[in-house]
Amino acid sequence: MIIKKQDILYLAGAALFACSPLVLDAYWTDVLNNIGLYAILALSLNIILGQCGLFQMGHAAFFAVGAYSSAILNTMFDIPLLWTMPVAGILAGLFGLIVARPIIHLRGDYLLIVTIGIVEIIRIALINDVGGLTGGANGIFGIDRPILFGLKIKRPHQFFYLIWGFCAATIFLFHRLENSRFGRALNYIKDDDVAAEGSGIDISRYKLTAFVIGAFWAGMVGTIFAGKMKIISPESFSFWESVLLFTIVILGGMGSIRGVLLGAFLIIGLPELFRDFASARMLIFGAAMVAMMIFRTQGLLPPLPRRYDVSRFFSKAEGEQS
Amino acid sequence: MEEFFQQLTNGLAVGGIYALIALGYTMVYGVLKLINFAHGDLFTIGAFLGLTLLTSLGLTDSVGPVAGLLVLAVMVVILVGVVGFLLERVAYRPLRTSPRLSAVVSALGASIFFQNAIMLIWGARPLVYPHGLLPNITVDVFGVELPLIRIIMFAISVVLMCGLYYLTHKTRIGTAIRAAAIDQGAAKLMGIDVNRVISLVFMIGPALGGAAGVMVGLYYGQINFTMGWLYGLKAFTAAILGGIGNIPGAMLGGLILGVVESLGAAYISIAWKDAISFLVLILILIVRPTGLLGERVADKV
Repeated sequence: MIIKKQDILYLAGAALFACSPLVLDAYWTDVLNNIGLYAILALSLNIILGQCGLFQMGHAAFFAVGAYSSAILNTMFDIPLLWTMPVAGILAGLFGLIVARPIIHLRGDYLLIVTIGIVEIIRIALINDVGGLTGGANGIFGIDRPILFGLKIKRPHQFFYLIWGFCAATIFLFHRLENSRFGRALNYIKDDDVAAEGSGIDISRYKLTAFVIGAFWAGMVGTIFAGKMKIISPESFSFWESVLLFTIVILGGMGSIRGVLLGAFLIIGLPELFRDFASARMLIFGAAMVAMMIFRTQGLLPPLPRRYDVSRFFSKAEGEQS
Repeated sequence: MEEFFQQLTNGLAVGGIYALIALGYTMVYGVLKLINFAHGDLFTIGAFLGLTLLTSLGLTDSVGPVAGLLVLAVMVVILVGVVGFLLERVAYRPLRTSPRLSAVVSALGASIFFQNAIMLIWGARPLVYPHGLLPNITVDVFGVELPLIRIIMFAISVVLMCGLYYLTHKTRIGTAIRAAAIDQGAAKLMGIDVNRVISLVFMIGPALGGAAGVMVGLYYGQINFTMGWLYGLKAFTAAILGGIGNIPGAMLGGLILGVVESLGAAYISIAWKDAISFLVLILILIVRPTGLLGERVADKV
C-alpha cells in the first residue's frame, strides 16, 4: 500500500481536529459532538440514499428504534449502555428489514412518502406508549452514561472522542464498502436499475441490504445519543430530523463521504454561528436550501468520477507487443 | 347506529378539506411530477391570512357573516394563489430540468421557509378564530345532528371541487392543463404555453388549499404555524388513495380518508387517529400504487 500525499493531509487534518476540544469550551465542543452524531447518521443514510439512490426520508425511525432499545434495556434491565449498542443496531436493522421488504420496489417519490409515513407512525407509537415501554410523550429518563474502559463518559470533551472516534471508524468502514463489489453494485443500481438488473444484479436484494446496513448503523448511533442526552422523547425523532439528514446528504453531495461530512458541518454547525439571529435562522436555512439546489444541483462535494485507468492498460499491452 | 352517522358526517366535512388540499397536490404532480412539500404551508398561510383579514377588516360586521366570509374567502384565495405563483417561479422553475431530488429538496426548503415565515409574522403560539361567526344552528336529519358549519363546509368543498372539475374538463384552459400533464413536449408542439399552464396550476392548487385553510380555522377555531405539515401529508395520502394526478380521484380520496379517519378515531382509538391515515397510505402504495381511480395515470408514470 502506497501512502499518498493526500492521505497524509487527511491524517494531519484529522489529528488537528482531534485537538480541538483542548481549545474549545464545553458549548462548542457539544456543537461538534452534535455535528459528529449527525455526520454518522447521515453517512448511514448515504448508503441508502446517496449510493443506492433510494429516496429514504424515514431515517429518524431507525435512529429512534436504536435509541429506545438502548434506553429500555438500560433503564429496565440495568444493562450497561454500550453493551446494548449491538442489540440496538440489530433491532433497528431487523426493523429496517421488515419495513423495507414490502416497499423496496416502489418508485422514487412513492418510497419517499412511505418512509415519511413510517417515521410518523413510529413517532405516534412512541407517544402512545406502546407496550408500556416507551414512556409516552415524556419519553424515558435516567439513562446511564456510557462507560468505556472503566471511564464514565459524561463531559462534552469526553463525548467528543467517543463520537468522533465512532465517526472515524464509520468513515473508514463505509469508504471500504463504497469501493467494494457491493458498493459498486449499489452505484450501478442508482445510475440505471434496469441495466443493473439486466446484467444479473439482484437489485431488490442489494437495495434491501443497503437499507438494512443503513438502519443498523443508525440504530447504533441511537445508543450514543441516548447516553449523551440521558433523556429521550418522541420529539427527538420527528420527521424533521429525517429531513435534516436527507438534506445533509443531498446538499453535501449524494454518495460522497467528504460531501456528507461537509454537509453535516454546514447544516448543523452554521445555524449555531448565527445564534444571534435565532428567530430568523431557520427562515434563512429554508431559503438557503432552495438557493443551493438552484445554483449547485449536484451538491457541494459530489463524488469524484471513478477512474478506471484504461489508458495505462492499453499502453502496457502495446508495450508488450513491440 | 346514530353514532356511526354522526361520525360519517364529521368525516365527510373533514374529508372535504382534505380533498381541497389534495387537489393542489394532484394537479402539481400531474403536470410536474413533483410533490410540492410546501403545499401544506400554503394552506396554513391561507388560514392565517384569513384570520388577519377577518379581524382587521371587520367584514362580518359591516356586510353580515355570510357575505363577509365569502368576500374574505375570495381575498384569501387570490392572495394564496399569488404566493403559489411566486413559489413556482422562485423555487421550482429553475429546477425544471434538474434531477428530481433537487426539486424535492427545494420543496422542503420552501416548506421550512414558509413555516418559519408564518412563525415570525404571526408568532409561534396558536391563534384563535373568533367565535360565533356563523349562527350555531343544528339541523336534525333522522336523528343525526348536523351543525350548520359542517353542512356549509361540505357544500363549499363540493362546489369548489365541481368548479375545478368543470374548469379542467370542459374549458380550453383545462384541456391545456390536461395536455401538459400527459406530455409537456407534445403540448408545446400543439401551441400550448406550458410555462403558463404550470403557473396557472400553481395558482389554482394553492388557492384551493388557502380556502381549505380558512375552513379549518372556522371549523376547529384554532390554528398554528405547524399545522400545514400534518394536513399536507394527509391530503397527499388522499391524492395517492384516489390515484395521483387524477382530479376526481383526489376528491374521492379526500372524502374516503376523512371518513376512515373519523370512524377509526371513534371505533379504534383517537390517539392513533393520525397513524391510521399513514397506515392507509402505506397499504395503498403496497397493494395498489395507482390508487383507486389511477388507471389513467398508469401510462404517465
